[in-house]
Formats: sequence, structure tokens, C-alpha cells
Amino acid sequence: MSKVVLKLGDDISTDIIYPGRFMATVLPTETPQHAFADAVEFNAKLRSGEIPPDSFIVADKNFGCGSSREQAASCLKGHGLVIVARNFARIFLQNAVNLGLPLVACPEIDAQEGDELEVLHGEVVNHSSNRRFSITPLAPAQQAIIDAGGLIAYARVKLMESRRAKP
Amino acid sequence: MGSTLVEKILARATGQEQVQAGDVLEPRVDMAMSHENAALVINQFNEIFHGTGLDPSVWDPARIAIIFDHRVPAESSKTATNQKKVREFVARQGITKFHDIRGDQGGICHQILPENGYVRPAYVLVGTDSHTTSHGALGAFSFGIGATEMAAVWALGRVLNVVVPGTIRVNVSGAFPPHVSPKDLILHLIGTISAEGANFKVIEFHGETIRRMSASGRLVLCNMSVEAGATSGIVPPDEETLRYLNEEAGVTEVPPDALLQPDQDASYDREITIDVTSLSPQIACPHTVDNVKSVAEVAGIRIQQIVIGSCTNGRLDDLEVAAHIVRGKKVANGTRMLVFPASYRIFMEAMERGYVADLLHAGAVVMNPGCGPCLGIHQGALGDGEVALATTNRNFKGRMGNPKGEVYLCSPAVAAASALTGVISDPREEGN
Repeated sequence: MSKVVLKLGDDISTDIIYPGRFMATVLPTETPQHAFADAVEFNAKLRSGEIPPDSFIVADKNFGCGSSREQAASCLKGHGLVIVARNFARIFLQNAVNLGLPLVACPEIDAQEGDELEVLHGEVVNHSSNRRFSITPLAPAQQAIIDAGGLIAYARVKLMESRRAKP
Repeated sequence: MGSTLVEKILARATGQEQVQAGDVLEPRVDMAMSHENAALVINQFNEIFHGTGLDPSVWDPARIAIIFDHRVPAESSKTATNQKKVREFVARQGITKFHDIRGDQGGICHQILPENGYVRPAYVLVGTDSHTTSHGALGAFSFGIGATEMAAVWALGRVLNVVVPGTIRVNVSGAFPPHVSPKDLILHLIGTISAEGANFKVIEFHGETIRRMSASGRLVLCNMSVEAGATSGIVPPDEETLRYLNEEAGVTEVPPDALLQPDQDASYDREITIDVTSLSPQIACPHTVDNVKSVAEVAGIRIQQIVIGSCTNGRLDDLEVAAHIVRGKKVANGTRMLVFPASYRIFMEAMERGYVADLLHAGAVVMNPGCGPCLGIHQGALGDGEVALATTNRNFKGRMGNPKGEVYLCSPAVAAASALTGVISDPREEGN
């Protein structure tokens, strides 16, 4: 069980999650400092370490729309955040799967900052409001990548297979 | 049951008779494009090979294109060092479709690819840039991916775990009224179906209006399809596709089997019909691209910065429209007008035709081709409380380098007319 540390609306773009001016920073060890850089107070809380791992960000529709920048996923992963949204934009969703950032698609989610959530048996349980919301599972094609430990590991297996197959 | 165009392309790319929306495939890749973020792709690429004992070599250097466009010339030592790292990788791997910071070959990736013949009908094309949707304009299935996904493509030559997308068919009829253009059409469509209306789907464009539209206009439609969430936009190849490839991209031979068309009985998730005969100039208001109104509704709002250019509207016809409107006139005091041609080839042609002189005489600043101001990373940042009117593709909060600024999106005609007045203006008025 963890707290909702940020509640957001529709269409949260990757420009909000990771502003373009920091795109020259690419290393997953360095991107977390710029997560939500323009939300100055929240960014300061992240950097000070006062937000514990496994905390939730809850958003409405189309979280992660816009640019394909992978930093938007790596910066959130670096803080150990879990993102619950009504749905996600395509490239962000795939980047998150590839890097192992936990995303929970929950079309009816209703939660406020400070609520205690738990992901349990295909549902998000909001312990503060005593309500349960069903989760839309990931496509099997994406779950396979997560099960392999991310796209690097998944691609490495494919690479070994393909080079072995060659005469 | 027949196939959509993307289903046909993916069947061809996987050697199958037929595929259907929902199938999971590993299609071979015909072209893989990156820009400065190739620096991150290189890291991930080396990670994939780590511990395998294999030499980290790309699957096919002739099918990788790398174009520097986001921060050119470098704005910081960090960017310059990333670019240096990419240059070394390109040399080591033998990648020839590399466009460095040079006036004889540079520009924005989504213009460099088509004008150099790197895009062909029926290609499967991936790019580490969300506006990779653009290249559907030439009949390719072209979509944006992240850096790690590209690293896997460089290693394997295939995109892993692609779910065949469903398709929305958009039928467009009618002739554009004066000062109304493909940009107004795509803004209208995004406003109608919303920023997530085409999530995980392809938008396939049809109709007499599309058939009559130049490849340049089709690039505008496909470029901004991603702003409705689309995986890709696509236009079935036709005479205009072949004319563009032949006359403007130097591609003299296109195999007939690449000129795929969707079947009459293809299954579409949704069909949308638009008549442009009565379409008015459109504008996307802050801070989402689907917050679309007619220009008349917001006319009169004060503008501090006009931006004409980008991968969306920085081509020769766009500069022609802008030059024609400002010729012999002056940009309003208190408004600055920045013009970014999409490539140096376009820049040179605009010089030869006198457009650059028209723009400069009017007071515009003509910059080197690049992406910079569109995403607020290299010149053209907004001050606190300032308002920009841009022919670019996104108006998200913070997009033009300042979360306290506002960005409106419009066509080149609206942007140029507004530059003269300093306020949002309808180009159909003022004697334009």
C-alpha cells in the first residue's frame, strides 16, 4: 500500500514529464533529476528523496502523449514511481514496458492526492475511499517483454537466436 | 475480408498472405531513422550485445539514417559531445545515410528522409521521433519508437512484438477555399476526434481532395496524425507519389508490387467524412493540440513571436505562402517573426525564388534549418507570459521553452498575416 503523491488530468505530455530542454541528458542515472522539472515543488520533493519508492502518480486520459523521448519513462523509473492512468499514449506505454516502468491502465480510476492505493488481483484498491477499480491488462506482446526483464534482455535472446540460426 | 493498406504492408514485410489487426508480428525494417537521440540508442545497442561475445555491429548500415536536427549547431558542450559520439559510431559502423551539420546536406529529419529518397511506398519505416508518422505521405507504414526499441532494430533488423493496428478511414472531398490548407484540415480533424481519438490506430487518408493534394500537403496530414494519437498516418500511393519520388527525391524506379492499395472490402474501425469546401482557417489554442477553434473566434489576441517552419510546415510551398503575404510589408513592432526552412535544399530554393529576401525585408529572421524552437531546446524561447503563433505541431505547456508561455498552432497563411498585424488575424481579410 502506497500513497498517491501527484494527481493529474488528461493529456499529460512528455514535455510536462521531461521538458525538451533536458533532452541532451540521456543516462538513466541522470534523467530522474529532471522529472516534472516545471512542476517545481513536486520536482524538489522527488530530488530531496522525501517521496518513497512505489508511490503512485494518478492521471486521467492519454498520459504520456507527444514526443517519443525515452527519458520520460526513465526519469520516472529512477524514482521508483508507479503510474496509474485511465489510459496511456502509445509510444510512452511501449517505452515504459521496454524499460520496466510500472504502468497500470485503470479506465475508471478515482483517487486524490494522499489516498492509499494498492494493486491487487487485477484491481486497483483505493483504501482511502474503499473503492475498487478494474485494470486493463497489458497486451500479451507487451507482457512478454516485461516477463523477460525488459526489452534489452528480450532483444538479447532474439539476437542470440538469430545469430545461431545463420550458417 | 479485405485488408487495409497497413495490413498489406505488414503482410509483405513478414512474408505472409494476409495479416489482421491484432496480430503480433516482427516485421523487417526497410529504414530506421534517428537524430541526436542516436546517442542514447548507441548506449542501449551496446547493452544488448553485452555479455553475448558478439561484435556489436548493426544489421544493415544502408538501412539506417541519422540526421542531426534538434540542436544544430550544438547549443552546449553536452550536445556537441553527444554529436561527436554519434559521428564516431556512424564512421565505425559504415552508416552512409548520415546528415551532419552542413549546408549541402542538412535539415530536419522528416524532410531529409523524403527528399533524399529514403522513403518508398510499402516501406516499414521506424524513427526515434514521434513525427515519424510523416512518411506515410509516400505510402510507407512509418511510426515512432523509443531509443531502446531502436537499439533492438539496429541489432535485429526487425521491430519486435508489433501489434497490427486497426485503421480509421478519413474521406476528404471538396476544394480548399483561398487561404485554407492541409494544416487547417488536420487541425480540424484532431479537434474533431481529440488528442487520443486515434490512439493505437492508423489514419488512412482518401478522397478527391487527397488525390489532388501535393506530397508536401500529405506530409502535413501524416506528420500531425500523431497529435490525434495515431500510430501512423498513411496515403495510398498514386501518380503524385511517383511524381514526387521521381522529380524531387531522385527515385526513378519503384517496383509495381510496392504500390499497394487497400482493398475495397477492408475492415475499418471507423470512417470519417470531411468536406473542405466550407472549412475556415483553424487554430489550436493552448495547451492541447485538440483545443481547435476557427481563427475568427480568437482573432485579436496579441502575439509576441511568430514561428514559421518545422517538419510540419517548413517546406517550399509554406515559405512561398508566407513570402507572398509579407512581401513589401513589415512585421508589426513588438512582434518577432522567425522562419526555419525544413532543409537546406528548401532554403536554397527559397533564396533563388526570392522568398528569403521578401521575408528578410519584411523584418523576419531566417534561421538555419532545425527543430530548435518547436520544442524549446535551441533558440526562439518565449519570455514569461509571452504568446507564440506557430506553424509547428505541438502547443503543450512548456513546449516552446517556457511553461509560462502560450503557443497557438496554425497554417503558414495565418501566421504570416498575423505577423503583419501583431495579433491573431484571419488571412482572408486585410486584402491578402
